[in-house]
Amino acid sequence: MRAPVSWLRELVGAEAVPESMTGEQVAAALVKVGLEEEGIHGGEITGPLVVGRVLELTPEPQKNGKTINWCQVDVGEHGQRVTEGTPQGIVCGAHNFAVGDLVVCVLPGGVLPGPFPISARKTYGHVSNGMICSAKELGLGEDHDGIIVLSEWFADQPEVLASLEPGQDAIALLGLAEEVVEVNVTPDRGYAFSMRGIARDLALSLGVDFTDPIDAPRAAAPAANDSGYEVRLEDDAPINGVEGCDRYVARVIRGIDVTAQSPSWLKARVTQMGMRPISLAVDVTNYVMLLTGQPLHAFDLDKLSGSIVVRRARAGEKLTTLDDIERTLDPEDLLITDAGERPLVIAGVMGGETCEIDEGSTNVLIEAAHFDPISVARSARRHRLPSEAAKRFERGVDPEITAAAAQLAVELLVQLGGGTVDAGATDVGAPVPLDAFTMAADLPSRLVGLEFSTDEVTTALRRIGCEVAADGETLRVTPPSWRPDLRTGPDLVEEVARSRGYDAIPSVLPQAPGGQGLTAGQRARRLVAATLAQQGLTEVLSYPFTSAARHDALQYAADDARRRAVTVANPLSDEAPILRTSVLDTLADVARRNVGRGMGDVAVYELGLVYEPTESGAKAPIPTLGQRPADEVLDQINAAVPAQPRHAAGILAGASRTAGPWGPAEPVGAADAVAVVLAVARALGETLTVTQTEHAPFHPGRCAELALADGTVVAHAGELHPKAVDALELPARTAAFEIDLDALTAGAGEVTQARKLSTMPVARTDVALVVAEDVPAATVEAALRQGAGEQLEAVELFDIYRGDQVGEGRKSLAYRLTFRPVDTTLTTAEVSATRDRAVAEAAKATGAEQRM
Amino acid sequence: MSGPNTSYDPVEVAALDPAAIDAAVEQALAAAAAASTLEELKAARGAHQGDKSPLALANREIGALPPSAKAEAGKRVGGARGRVGQAFAARQAELEAERDERILVEERLDMTVVPPRRPLGARHPISLTIERIEEIFTGLGWEIAEGPEVEAEWFNFDSLNFGPDHPARAMQDTFFLQPADAGLVMRTHTSPVQSRAMLERQLPLFIACPGKVFRTDDLDATHTPVFHQIEGLAVAEGLTMANLKGTLDRFAAELFGPGVTTRLRPSFFPFTEPSAEMDFKCPICLGQDSGCRVCGGTGWIEWGGCGMVNRNVLAAAGIDPDRYTGFAFGMGIERAVMLRHGVADMFDIVEGDVRFSQQFGMEI
Repeated sequence: MRAPVSWLRELVGAEAVPESMTGEQVAAALVKVGLEEEGIHGGEITGPLVVGRVLELTPEPQKNGKTINWCQVDVGEHGQRVTEGTPQGIVCGAHNFAVGDLVVCVLPGGVLPGPFPISARKTYGHVSNGMICSAKELGLGEDHDGIIVLSEWFADQPEVLASLEPGQDAIALLGLAEEVVEVNVTPDRGYAFSMRGIARDLALSLGVDFTDPIDAPRAAAPAANDSGYEVRLEDDAPINGVEGCDRYVARVIRGIDVTAQSPSWLKARVTQMGMRPISLAVDVTNYVMLLTGQPLHAFDLDKLSGSIVVRRARAGEKLTTLDDIERTLDPEDLLITDAGERPLVIAGVMGGETCEIDEGSTNVLIEAAHFDPISVARSARRHRLPSEAAKRFERGVDPEITAAAAQLAVELLVQLGGGTVDAGATDVGAPVPLDAFTMAADLPSRLVGLEFSTDEVTTALRRIGCEVAADGETLRVTPPSWRPDLRTGPDLVEEVARSRGYDAIPSVLPQAPGGQGLTAGQRARRLVAATLAQQGLTEVLSYPFTSAARHDALQYAADDARRRAVTVANPLSDEAPILRTSVLDTLADVARRNVGRGMGDVAVYELGLVYEPTESGAKAPIPTLGQRPADEVLDQINAAVPAQPRHAAGILAGASRTAGPWGPAEPVGAADAVAVVLAVARALGETLTVTQTEHAPFHPGRCAELALADGTVVAHAGELHPKAVDALELPARTAAFEIDLDALTAGAGEVTQARKLSTMPVARTDVALVVAEDVPAATVEAALRQGAGEQLEAVELFDIYRGDQVGEGRKSLAYRLTFRPVDTTLTTAEVSATRDRAVAEAAKATGAEQRM
Repeated sequence: MSGPNTSYDPVEVAALDPAAIDAAVEQALAAAAAASTLEELKAARGAHQGDKSPLALANREIGALPPSAKAEAGKRVGGARGRVGQAFAARQAELEAERDERILVEERLDMTVVPPRRPLGARHPISLTIERIEEIFTGLGWEIAEGPEVEAEWFNFDSLNFGPDHPARAMQDTFFLQPADAGLVMRTHTSPVQSRAMLERQLPLFIACPGKVFRTDDLDATHTPVFHQIEGLAVAEGLTMANLKGTLDRFAAELFGPGVTTRLRPSFFPFTEPSAEMDFKCPICLGQDSGCRVCGGTGWIEWGGCGMVNRNVLAAAGIDPDRYTGFAFGMGIERAVMLRHGVADMFDIVEGDVRFSQQFGMEI
């Protein structure tokens, strides 16, 4: 919402807001009471900015295909002092003007919004002494197609046009000296969508009395009578029991000249407020809305058939709104209808063409009404029509100014367009006044942590318009009609606190009772993240949005559970409408981006949630607010929320060590991914078992499954499937892993029990076992451990041999077995016997033959 | 070798002639000094100290001397051998020291050639900042709470006093999930964790809730549809806005440096009343530079919202709002990272370019 400083000065008084007060000072005063500054417009231009007359204009085609105009411009005595009495030579790229036109010139030394200081500069072979300005360059609009031609700009103000002369100051002429403060209006402060509301807050902040601008028209408005235009409120389906329209005022003007021009003050106001001047009726209704916050509607009385009925829409009913879109109405939409039949307006949102004012209108009906905020909000949202009116109605319009706002509009229209006002004044409906409620007088002190006397509380509340009655320690407060947001004690506390200023609140660190620090799971997660970085991977983040096409790229089978995904109803992109079911889904894009940027050896990881739709597809109930739902309702809500386990995934491509003076490059292999997962598990104190498996998106022959001792699978790692690598456009032989962190860290916090360390000497012996090529080493190792029993301290695979000596399709695995009993020294015979038991077990389990 | 001879005059034995012994010693000393390597020294030692060296031969002759002459001859030869032995030992030590020195020189490596044997990775600054903030709050005795990212509408909105028609509910650009009536959204803030914590935990409650949140904004230099927030919530008897201010002041000073305080400005949020916007003092200029580019010369930087927990929010969690009060605050992590580390472009934070994370190492 914009607020011109000059308008605020009119409303608050020149004593409180003197000419010397800047927009910045006004904004600071408003911020103090809770109106956030969005920006300050205007006042950014410094002269010389003058009227100029184009004396000569020479088009000069340029090599770049553009044609520039080399102009001689008479800018009066002021500018011509710079060039010793001759007209200014100015280069201009626009073509919408001709010799003789009056234009706006900024001369060297001037500053345009930006700020862009202007100086004489050499361009296109000329010294350009300034610039001929467009509306956009001056901050007067978006029009940048051409420069301002003053004969068009002031076409409707012949008296201004006649007075123009070269050299005249254009800052004042165009109203550019006016500063306009723009404030952000929070949803609770609907009253601040009016100059009346902003001025009241400014007066509050500056500590001066405020005269409500609605008082005068309120006093002038006639009492409601029966001879006005017939209006019937027939809401047969109120939302939440609230009447859609609880007050409707209609006033009639006859014989008005609707084609009369709006005066320049009115146009200026409307323009400063960020709207376009359109016609007298539109400008006046907009002006009254901007001043009072009351949206108005003007109908052509002669197009109406005798009565207005406010009712809900009928199923299938249609209305073409002013934006030329035919809208199918919803039975919840509240309508203004002609005699109950033709829909004219979606109440409080937007009207249709049917009964609008046009150039031939002579009799006008002015509507000022009060609509249910929720009804308007729903209609505005349903039809995507966030109009100025809807914005105000859904935040609450003061229901007690309806007649006064209509009166003000009628007065202005008659004053500016002539005609006479009917004596009949319609005012139907009865808005429910705001309830009074009580607040303990010390609540502000208790909630803010700053002493407020009852006196101060009472005064602060009265200043914002509340009626306050003290009853001992309790205050009985009736909020003003424009503050429907004030409903509870804390609402009033905010008003009291901001009247003193939030800066007065002291800083007191509260003593928490002492927590338990991070949970075991939180600590474990940090350790995983740190370990992955220690392992050489770099942490990145990716958006969790992906697509079914990604599942195809990852070679998921048609029935892969990970294809079941949560779908976003309004995705950012139709290319990525679902949520990831594995972190690799989206991490792949990050890896590819890095490769694309020249980091061919890339190792990245991400910790994040994956989203698993519930089996049942149950919906989450939405119980009412302000009370604790029953346990079973909370259970239903939680049951409908998808499981969201935390995963860690990594992608490794290229080389783990680049080639250099130290030797050749070491390409990343499938095993590296497995090693990283094992390292993460070791950091957590877990030893994972590795088994060979086939699992998308991995190479069917190069995928490991990693499981906890109890068999819970916690990760897959290996080389990505070549087709996946192709589809994801990753380097050949890219390796990857995906860890279910929740599963891996489920045991976090368990206290490890130490084993006694043996200090006996070790005995070592080597065995070579020949097995079929497809027997995994881990299986052989497990059998060796099983067979050797407790005395075995370590098994190391130190060589794999394939060749003639073991035969086709077979391999020889060479293991070093380290034995160390707890409390004895093994004899050579005992070592041999234990080794033989280990080998026998391996033979039984894997068909291994000992190679002598 | 000659046998014992009682009438034997030592001077008559050429090998024991004092001049001959002195000459042998001189030669030996010269040879030791002349040896320039340990190998040469070893050869010289053989020649002058070995079994066939003149002094060894002379020593052997002593046995044949008459007892009266033995002592003097023995003393002469022993002294000579001792001098020679010392000379060789000294030269040996010298040459060994030279060799050791030379080896160290020869073993010199170009230590600026560092093979990236096992390159270290890096953490993302968003994660590191979250961890840092967690430490600030656990240091104050608070706990860290978390919640789901796909959240029930009731938790994301209604439990926080956003009614179905609340303008703020439309204001938030929410990702809704299918089907339309699923009652599920991508959480738009970390505030639903507040409600979950109040339902699940005992009072008094002091928790900080970091996490990822989602809004349907387009990615640009300062916005991202997926970003991170830290939410704080305290519920106990007698908590005030002064306590909120005290907590925020401490938080800002810990994260941005001493002297960085906070400022509250009245605002509106459905889940707090009174509500405030929170600014922190510009850590670059501390409000001292009207030309500061970071804060635009205002001295303050907007960071988030806060306030006293709305009575309806307490009630939705079954907490007696007449007995307990609470305060809550929430702010963006990305904004803190951009400010604290001078990150100019949001794209750097979200795109996952490893060069970005690698600037930060593993501690922030």
